[in-house]
Amino acid sequence: MKTAADPSTLRRTRGNAATESQAHDVVLQVSGLAVDIRTHRGTVRAVNSVGFEARAGETLALLGESGCGKSMTAKALAGIMDPVCDLADGQIVLNGTDLAALTPKERLKFAGPELGIVFQDALTALNPVYTVGTQLGEAFRIHRGLNAKQAKAEAIELMKRVGIPEPESRVNSYPHQFSGGMRQRILIAMAVALNPRLLIADEPTTALDVTVQAQIMQLLRKLREEGQMAVILITHDLAVVAEEADSVAVMYAGNVVESGPVAEVFADPRHPYTKGLLESVPVHLERGDQLKSIPGSPPELHDIPSGCVYQSRCPMVQDICRAERPALRPAGRRRTQSGAATAEADLEQATSAGTNDGGATDRPVRTAACHFSEEITNA
Amino acid sequence: MPEPLLSIEGLTKTFHVAKSASGNTRLKALDGISLTVGRGETLGLVGESGCGKSTLARTLMMLETPDEGTVSFEGTNPFGLKGKELLAWRRRVQMVFQDPFASLNARMSAGDIIAEPWATHRSLYPTSRERDERVKELLQMVGLRASDARKSPQEFSGGQRQRIGIARALALKPDVIILDEPVSALDLSVQAQVLNLLNELQKELGVSYIFISHDLTVVRHVADRVAVMYLGRIIETGETEEVFDHPRHPYTAALMSASPKLDVTGAKRDRIVLQGELPSPLDPPSGCRFRTRCWKAQDICAEVAPEPQVVTAPDGRRHLAECHFPLDTIMGLTGAAAAAATANAL
Repeated sequence: MKTAADPSTLRRTRGNAATESQAHDVVLQVSGLAVDIRTHRGTVRAVNSVGFEARAGETLALLGESGCGKSMTAKALAGIMDPVCDLADGQIVLNGTDLAALTPKERLKFAGPELGIVFQDALTALNPVYTVGTQLGEAFRIHRGLNAKQAKAEAIELMKRVGIPEPESRVNSYPHQFSGGMRQRILIAMAVALNPRLLIADEPTTALDVTVQAQIMQLLRKLREEGQMAVILITHDLAVVAEEADSVAVMYAGNVVESGPVAEVFADPRHPYTKGLLESVPVHLERGDQLKSIPGSPPELHDIPSGCVYQSRCPMVQDICRAERPALRPAGRRRTQSGAATAEADLEQATSAGTNDGGATDRPVRTAACHFSEEITNA
Repeated sequence: MPEPLLSIEGLTKTFHVAKSASGNTRLKALDGISLTVGRGETLGLVGESGCGKSTLARTLMMLETPDEGTVSFEGTNPFGLKGKELLAWRRRVQMVFQDPFASLNARMSAGDIIAEPWATHRSLYPTSRERDERVKELLQMVGLRASDARKSPQEFSGGQRQRIGIARALALKPDVIILDEPVSALDLSVQAQVLNLLNELQKELGVSYIFISHDLTVVRHVADRVAVMYLGRIIETGETEEVFDHPRHPYTAALMSASPKLDVTGAKRDRIVLQGELPSPLDPPSGCRFRTRCWKAQDICAEVAPEPQVVTAPDGRRHLAECHFPLDTIMGLTGAAAAAATANAL
């Protein structure tokens, strides 16, 4: 597909030594990320001291309900926040460079080829007055300096890569001439055009039917493995997280309240919010049984309580929760206590990621922000 | 099964549209739909967008007139009614909409929204005192406060708005409520609250639901029976457990397989990933409509449209499916056939 001289070919090739050593490397490290929104009711903090890591060849899910700050986090990472939003604090270290410290121009030059983003609504994300070929070729013209003809040839290659039939003729079509699933493929193609190290997918399948959703998720998995990309998948769907992600960060009211490997977090949640979400899904229930639901609704951004962000809905709330906000601390079963179960999960994850390096030592640790994390009982 | 409250036979609805690629101007949105809804029962209606779910709902609301077929509501054909009788019938079928933001008038108070149906159906609560009392009752019934009647919709959250929509549907004491994706716009924790509310109301009032949803997990939780639609036809229908545990139509099996599952054990499963997308309903495939995406399709599937046939599951229970080659067991499917289907997809 590509010429041998293209350095990106190396990264995409599976199975060679360079790729193996890159697997599970930390591509993106975010720490202390804070985003403020200026509103007519004063400045509110939409994202508060958020931190996580994304690893090559793995998928990290940012899970949360609407308004929890997950999309805002994605936009802050990509540097495409609305004008009323400010990056108040934090580091976004992509491949050793702190994006937060760069000027917008430097950032565009550096992060453009290294970071791709896929949005939820493909019809609004694509420009209706340009052909998809023009839009797909843009990255090549800007970052690789190709001319229009060369860029179009690259666009056709990209369309092949994401499974769009008859790319030679469809490259001249406009976005409205494609179905929802095909538009999403075009958006994904744009995001992976320059073989980025990091792909952010913001609710990429929410607007799609389940059969098409399955196709898109399959495509994302394929591209992730080919390019050994780190993928950040933003979603509100627990089942999608369970099936697609290696690790998860659960967000609530702008804060990460729990994080860790998906299998461990879902089997044994260490934050009452995660537990509440898992129990809200109607599985393993007789029809008509009462679903457990979380009472109330999330706090408004301008009205976030000073203690724990979850206090108003938490069944375990105590005085200390109202007084003091719990920090993200290591949580969950210690490896020494139930080594067998954890090792199994690690092995399973390593296998599913396509390699078996057994690197249990550098697995992401489990954390939870709850004063009573260890007192949560799970059936 | 309870005696059917509503039964539909061979319902067909065609729309006339601008010329399509093949020169076809007739879009058959519904093509011979037959189903029944019992009193106090929930019928789940699933299918991809464009399969005709909403046209069916609109036809049942008498917002569309069918070309063919019969609708019988307790033995009466509502399309033959006129004047007062028609008005009385309309009271009995109500609807809750998907979008809790677009479906409530922002310029009216919650109380006025709930009371508005009585402006048409005046005889139900003739005095304003009765109406005020009933609004309070309805608000409490859906888990809101009586004092919320004065608030306007934008003062409520999405889940609370959907409760107002439910209260409005209940205002006319309907026998059937059509719920069109009632929880898909809501966050998970709120979704559970609304599903619980719907369940309680059904137990209390004995109302029937037609529950339209793309979320199979939710449908499995709420529906007594389920009907799977594809391009204007019901391709499989039966008791919910029956259809979910032993799908006989390949499309049903694929739909279930495609739907992500929350399995905390992390066990990887075989999946059927269908090729392509829903064909245009303007130019549906000949014979079986699903054949273009089906991994079991043979020559006969292109020539002869399969008739609904009774299929028997391994446990002896029966339901209806429209397929020349119904799947034997789900196990047979997750093996070789599933692998083949997945391999073909990309």
